[in-house]
Amino acid sequence: MSIIKLSINGMEVEVQKGTTILEAAKKVGVHIPTLCHLNLEGFGIVNQVASCRACVVEVEGRNTLVPSCSEKVTEGMVVKTDSARSITGRRMAVELLLSNHPKECLTCAKNLECELQALSQDLGIREIKWEGEKMDYPLDKSSFSLVKDPNKCIMCRRCETMCNDVQTVGVLSAINRGFDTFVGPAFNLDMDNTACTFCGQCVAVCPTGALTETNDVGRVWRALHSSEKHVIVQVAPAIRVAIGEMFGMEAGSVTTGQLAASLRRLGFDGIFDTDFAADLTIMEEASELVHRIKHGGRLPMLTSCCPAWVKFFEHQFPDMLDIPSSCKSPQIMMGTVMKTYYAEKKGIDPRDIVVVSIMPCLAKKAEAARPELTKDYNNNVDLVLTTREYGAMLKEAGILFNQLPESDFDSLLGESTGAAVIFGTTGGVIEAAVRTAYEWITGEELENVEFHQLRGLEGIREATVNIGDLKLNIGIAHGLGNARKMLEDIRDGKSQYHAIEIMACPGGCIGGGGQPYHHGDMDIIRKRQEAIYKEDRSKVRRKSHENTAVLKLYEDYLGEPYGHKSHELLHTYYIPREKI
Amino acid sequence: MSNYKAHIMICSGTSCKASESENILEAFREEIEGHDGKFKVLKTGCFGFCAQGPIVKIYPDNVYYVKVKPEDVKEIVEKHLIKGEKVERLLYEDPKDRVKLVVHDEMEFYQKQYRIALRNCGFINPENIEEYIAFSGYEALGKVLTEMTPQDVVKIVKDSGLRGRGGGGFLTGLKWELAMKSPGTEKYIICNADEGDPGAFMDRSILEGDPHSVLEAMAIGGYAIGANKGIFYIRAEYPLAIERLKIAIRQAENEGLLGKNIFNSGFDFTIEIKLGAGAFVCGEETALIHSMEGLRGEPTKKPPFPSESGYKGMPTSVNNVETYANICPIILKGSKWFSSIGAENSKGTKVFALAGKVNNVGLVEVPMGTTLREIIFEIGGGITDGKKFKAVQTGGPSGGVITEADLDTPIDYESLKAIGSMMGSGGMIVMDEDNDMVEIAKFYLDFTQDESCGKCTPCRIGTKRMYEILERLTNLEGDMDDLQKLKDLGNMIKDTALCGLGQTAPNPVLSTMRYFPQEYEAYAKREKTKSYRIDAEKCIGCTACIRVCPVNCITGKVKEAHIIDESACIACGACFTACKFGAIIKP
Repeated sequence: MSIIKLSINGMEVEVQKGTTILEAAKKVGVHIPTLCHLNLEGFGIVNQVASCRACVVEVEGRNTLVPSCSEKVTEGMVVKTDSARSITGRRMAVELLLSNHPKECLTCAKNLECELQALSQDLGIREIKWEGEKMDYPLDKSSFSLVKDPNKCIMCRRCETMCNDVQTVGVLSAINRGFDTFVGPAFNLDMDNTACTFCGQCVAVCPTGALTETNDVGRVWRALHSSEKHVIVQVAPAIRVAIGEMFGMEAGSVTTGQLAASLRRLGFDGIFDTDFAADLTIMEEASELVHRIKHGGRLPMLTSCCPAWVKFFEHQFPDMLDIPSSCKSPQIMMGTVMKTYYAEKKGIDPRDIVVVSIMPCLAKKAEAARPELTKDYNNNVDLVLTTREYGAMLKEAGILFNQLPESDFDSLLGESTGAAVIFGTTGGVIEAAVRTAYEWITGEELENVEFHQLRGLEGIREATVNIGDLKLNIGIAHGLGNARKMLEDIRDGKSQYHAIEIMACPGGCIGGGGQPYHHGDMDIIRKRQEAIYKEDRSKVRRKSHENTAVLKLYEDYLGEPYGHKSHELLHTYYIPREKI
Repeated sequence: MSNYKAHIMICSGTSCKASESENILEAFREEIEGHDGKFKVLKTGCFGFCAQGPIVKIYPDNVYYVKVKPEDVKEIVEKHLIKGEKVERLLYEDPKDRVKLVVHDEMEFYQKQYRIALRNCGFINPENIEEYIAFSGYEALGKVLTEMTPQDVVKIVKDSGLRGRGGGGFLTGLKWELAMKSPGTEKYIICNADEGDPGAFMDRSILEGDPHSVLEAMAIGGYAIGANKGIFYIRAEYPLAIERLKIAIRQAENEGLLGKNIFNSGFDFTIEIKLGAGAFVCGEETALIHSMEGLRGEPTKKPPFPSESGYKGMPTSVNNVETYANICPIILKGSKWFSSIGAENSKGTKVFALAGKVNNVGLVEVPMGTTLREIIFEIGGGITDGKKFKAVQTGGPSGGVITEADLDTPIDYESLKAIGSMMGSGGMIVMDEDNDMVEIAKFYLDFTQDESCGKCTPCRIGTKRMYEILERLTNLEGDMDDLQKLKDLGNMIKDTALCGLGQTAPNPVLSTMRYFPQEYEAYAKREKTKSYRIDAEKCIGCTACIRVCPVNCITGKVKEAHIIDESACIACGACFTACKFGAIIKP
């Protein structure tokens, strides 16, 4: 790579060819504000549409200001980021955006998390000179997962990049022209009538409140305050390594104990861990895999824990519905066990039980509402909160999460292994399955449970694990665009895998659409992943089939893994869906 | 042509067609039946003199009949074709000395014109490839493929000094050279026929009148840059041009002038047509490419330029219709010939669609360096109804107004820019003393803010805000602060917008503010009235205005001066049109 010399605000700087002005400026301590720009380093995700113009700078010899986020440096370039012309251009671009933006910051879901708000503050904007007509479109509240408010759309196109380039779902694009332009589905269809998977990655990157999760906090409060209901809760593996961020804790803090304590303080009648159901999932899924391998069943088998992934293949690959495992996701398995086994054990009518889930995910909200995942018109899971909503609930309740003493989950459905914890990261589900499948197939004890060849953050990974005589070929994909490639290979007969793990969100559930906002800092995701593996190492039991509570569930209630009762309660089916 | 005693050439451009030229054609066919094939009826492309259409020309007499109606056909046949006498009443009358002119060269409209791009328009039947070939058609392609290397082609075009006629003014040869040198497994050459300026119809007329000249040039360009595929991007609102293009492509393919191994040279070249939905921004080359790819028609940042990464990510050259129409003459006559025409840095000619308050509305092609005064007052025949010239808008919604003071500016890319306007694609709209410049600016801004793709903030929101201020002003609800805001916004949008559309959108406002500040101030200070008024001196009390006023706000007795109730007037202008005594004063 060759070196380019340029000058920024009179300072000489040398950078690699291909560097943008924005990156070069950082090298000399010059911060240029950005808004539409997004670079998720290490994940290969870049939004560089240069549409907001909040980062424009003066370049000598150029007729107009240039967007520093996407303009590459050239030899001898003379850049001025602090000239009156640059500052005026940037400021007016932000003022114009504000002139077409609702001034409801105080009640906006993105209050204090909004990048437009922060930019306005950074630029010291105290009045908007260009007031005029504002966009006035109805909100889209059609889905169980997200709310789309076109009036807050600033056309940064980050959501489009996630939806089209990263996830290859292709639901979001700019519609209309001129002042009326905003991002939405074709024909401005309701989100619920599209192929949206509700992965929530659009929400995760939206700089404003144009895309947010549906808020179910009020419904959970009402359930908790109702004397007739038995309200129990489950928390997903990825929550414990992320929620601390909302209370000033370092990214990557493991807060399992505080999490249990906080739930107890809120007054839930039973505090359980979705990790229990993750172990249960492995019992079923590993059995299904062994069954498919031994009986010449359809291979590869694909995991089915991720509801966004499930909806993705229903829309995009309706001809391949026999490939994914028929296992329900851990969230739904947990809900099912709670409304059957738990209800029976406790002697409570399942209709009086409210199951609340706390999930890192928006798709889990839509999943809980899927009609085939109910039993006798009773949902398996009643209410789903994201990590963010749960954090807000704790703040409202005045619970200082970071100062809580550690506590434990309740027994019966509270025990879990290290195999379950790693469900929260890409590669974790398949590693957990391998730990169990190894011992079941070989009949030998697995000494070293850590399969490092399955770990990492590359979008597509593959590894071969020797299980006795069997060379088990494993594929892993996170991000639905990567999943698409794997599925296309299967369809074309090019795939050599026995089993494939797929998670819709970059990084897996740790990078879920319902997690505390990362604001483009992907180190946060890496730290959450490290924390997941740390929690795994701290566990006494690290293989799902060693979870004594799960084994007791089979003994008392379910019988054999992958047996008759399991099929009835823990497995599901998929529905071909339209592509639009 | 010698087999026939006479050829009857009937303009079949869109504007003459709209004035029944199809029926004239039919009438001629019927009338000449039974004359043993002595006469041949032909449809041709646009003659340019649209104000006088429909136009019928008789060869070899070279007689030019104007404003012909189907009922005139019988007389032309009987009197002219059979008896050899001219039909005097259908000849063009010189407005200055009232003399009837027979031949088009004698008309002032044509005298200062120099036709390169329009060379065949009005001379050949655009639906017949043989006629094009008879006028040296496909000779240039033959020469290129059999005698020249791609480098030779690039050199001759570069040396000619030909610059892009779509508005950008980039050197065509240089564009081709960049695309030629860019590596790519596949390359594309595109014709931009997304003509969108209000009132502009240069490209449409070329395609309707001489489609082969563009196809041939595309093949030459394809050979130069190394592309075997040409794509025509044309707006669907040009059905006649599309139809003629399709015919031309089919004919060229049948003759082996498109397709495989053209002129036995081993060079393959095919052309396909893609229709645009008529979005103005799709004239911008990156937006055009996205539209062709099936994506939303919106521009992306340059660099990378299409010559490096264009259609499907491959090296692509996008050139405008009129640019192509210049290529074959350059190849055949040489770069020196071409560069001897025109001005210092703007070589050759430029076609303008002359419109507005000018007598000779039509299509004119003049050498670069011709002054605006020559175009408007000589070729254009001056202002209609003897009114006073006020301004001329060039460059359409991206350009600005030019006033009396600058009328002697020679037309070239740089000079027009220096006086706050631009060459643009060739729209030229003349305004007289009655035109309200604030309203004119508002009209153009309404167009651009509506046609903005909505991608970047300054264009999406900024142009809307400018429009709102103009509305405020013209509704007499604005103030002097608004004028400063308009300027600030305009300059900021020019400096920060993403593509050419946004960067030039404020031009009509900024340039009218520069030359007619008093008109803006009149609105800002609310000195302007919104209503029409009656000049009591001139009003004879005929009641014509009272009868047409839709809101009954005019009162007065017969033979006494009438009065308009200014608070009730809706400024529809009906009274102004109805008054035969010039007694109504515009707001």
